[in-house]
Amino acid sequence: MSTMKGENLTKQYGYGEAAVTAIDGMTFMIGSGEFVGIMGESGAGKSTLLSIMGAMNAPSAGTLTVEGIDVYSLGQEQRADFRREFLGFVFQSFHLIAYLTLEENVMLPLATIRMPRRRKLEMARYALAAVGLDGKGRRLPSQISGGEKERTAIARAIVNQPPILLADEPTGNLDSRTSREIMELLQGLKNDGTTVVMVTHSRECARFADRILQVADGHLKGDACPTDDVRVKAA
Amino acid sequence: MTLKQIAIQNLLRRKGKALLILVGLVLGIGTVVTVISFSDAVTGDINHKLEKYGANILVVPRTENLSLSYGGIQMGGISFDMQELRETDLEAVKHIKNYRNIAAMGPMALGAVRVNDRPVMLAGVDFEEARILKPWWKVEGGQPGAGGILAGAEAARVLGLAVGNSLDLGGHPLVVTGILMPTGSQDDQLLFTTLPTAQNVLNMPGRVSMVEVAALCTGCPIEDMVRQISAALPGAKVMAIQQVVKGRMETLAQFKKLSFGVSVIIVLIGSLVVLVTMTGSVRERKEEIGVFRAIGFRKAHVMRIILMEATLIALAAGIVGYLGSMGATRLALMLFADNPHVALPWNVPLAAGALGMSLVVGVLASVYPALTAARMDPNDALRAL
Repeated sequence: MSTMKGENLTKQYGYGEAAVTAIDGMTFMIGSGEFVGIMGESGAGKSTLLSIMGAMNAPSAGTLTVEGIDVYSLGQEQRADFRREFLGFVFQSFHLIAYLTLEENVMLPLATIRMPRRRKLEMARYALAAVGLDGKGRRLPSQISGGEKERTAIARAIVNQPPILLADEPTGNLDSRTSREIMELLQGLKNDGTTVVMVTHSRECARFADRILQVADGHLKGDACPTDDVRVKAA
Repeated sequence: MTLKQIAIQNLLRRKGKALLILVGLVLGIGTVVTVISFSDAVTGDINHKLEKYGANILVVPRTENLSLSYGGIQMGGISFDMQELRETDLEAVKHIKNYRNIAAMGPMALGAVRVNDRPVMLAGVDFEEARILKPWWKVEGGQPGAGGILAGAEAARVLGLAVGNSLDLGGHPLVVTGILMPTGSQDDQLLFTTLPTAQNVLNMPGRVSMVEVAALCTGCPIEDMVRQISAALPGAKVMAIQQVVKGRMETLAQFKKLSFGVSVIIVLIGSLVVLVTMTGSVRERKEEIGVFRAIGFRKAHVMRIILMEATLIALAAGIVGYLGSMGATRLALMLFADNPHVALPWNVPLAAGALGMSLVVGVLASVYPALTAARMDPNDALRAL
């Protein structure tokens, strides 16, 4: 069974003559446990696509189905519940909460769940250990490096073990060595069964993905293995 | 990690903002409480002074005669065709429910006598009680004891009396011990002596013509006092001096109105400070709120965080505001009150009111910012996605 299925997804911003089509009739399928990269030039529509996949940006047309759930038929609050249950987000700028320690940042997705604090702490420490930040949980985001921030963001995204991880330029602010470590981390998550969808500009990073969705001018231009030449689909 | 912990951590991190909201609320609540405490304290003091400022209840014998005087002008001879009250009857007043509200009770024996062939009214009074009932009296010379006379200013002028003069009132020799400075009241026309002396001269032993009462009306309306004294003295007519009572009530009402008006304005300003600061804070936290929404916080969760922060600040503001206002009130009393030593007791209902008001103002003023936060589109808030 496919994890995520987008059908004829279209997103327009604005109305009338001022309307801009960010993505136009995209159709795709992402299988469970796949590592999919989304590539394209700036303004191609990849971030819009990721936000639609993230249940945060309703398409103007088309449907997004995740594990059989028509995501945009859900109400706003139900979509919030959906995000909490099914999705983990890794943002380009980390978006860690500056006044919370790493442990507390990682525990955020659990804040609305009734669970003993000790259990939440255990889960946060486990997630931090999984990204190689064991013992650094009491630090504040301002006390760690960029790579460690990205790892913390990943730990926050996986703490409640969502089936899908969405990452927006996870290595955009990192050096090549750290980028490689982060990609290995994401690949490890994929190997553990998590579906990973990552937007990236970097061909180096894209090599870690099983498939690349090539986006240009709001259209899906290609769907290929990164080691192959990109196959251009007929529009 | 819970929503409450997020709220607390945010307050601790953004101490400046939290402090600004706290100060806004403390100023609002503190000023309201200060105004109320100050006006209560001063009003209480004024009330106490006013209550002591002369009699406010008159007890006279019941009579079927109508008064023939108006504005001090007599339209006929003075009629004393009425029953006198007995001094022993007045003991019953000591057993009324609100007897402790009676600051002074001055029985008077009144009657006409002749001095140098001129008629003049002699009043027998209890000079100790008169200190409270007529605090405006100023005497040249001394208060009379038994066998002494205190002459009203006009009576002394008309009769040519001076301190040390001797008088013979129907065979009773008396000495003028003092002259009452002009009061502008009927007292200027009278000769005063002690109650037993007057009763002796007027041949009315054990009886009195009227009783003046100064009642402290805090905690009991004057009408209640009149009713209780009437019940104790069935043969007497008990009257409240309405002008005095109304004057007091108007003074109090003006104080209350002013306090209320100032309080409303200050609370509005406090609310505005909270609203503006919280709204600014929410806008600053756009990214953070975007993260909350993206990772699955419902709108209600975001609202709860903002309102919890407002509640925590409001609770602190209520406590600090009340404590601070007590200090400010004491200072205001020292600076502005006639009597800086006015009692200022800890007022539990006022403290509870301050806390309640702080919570209501803080939370209500935060509803709009909380709604704004909850309605933020996570996609817009994060931009990155």
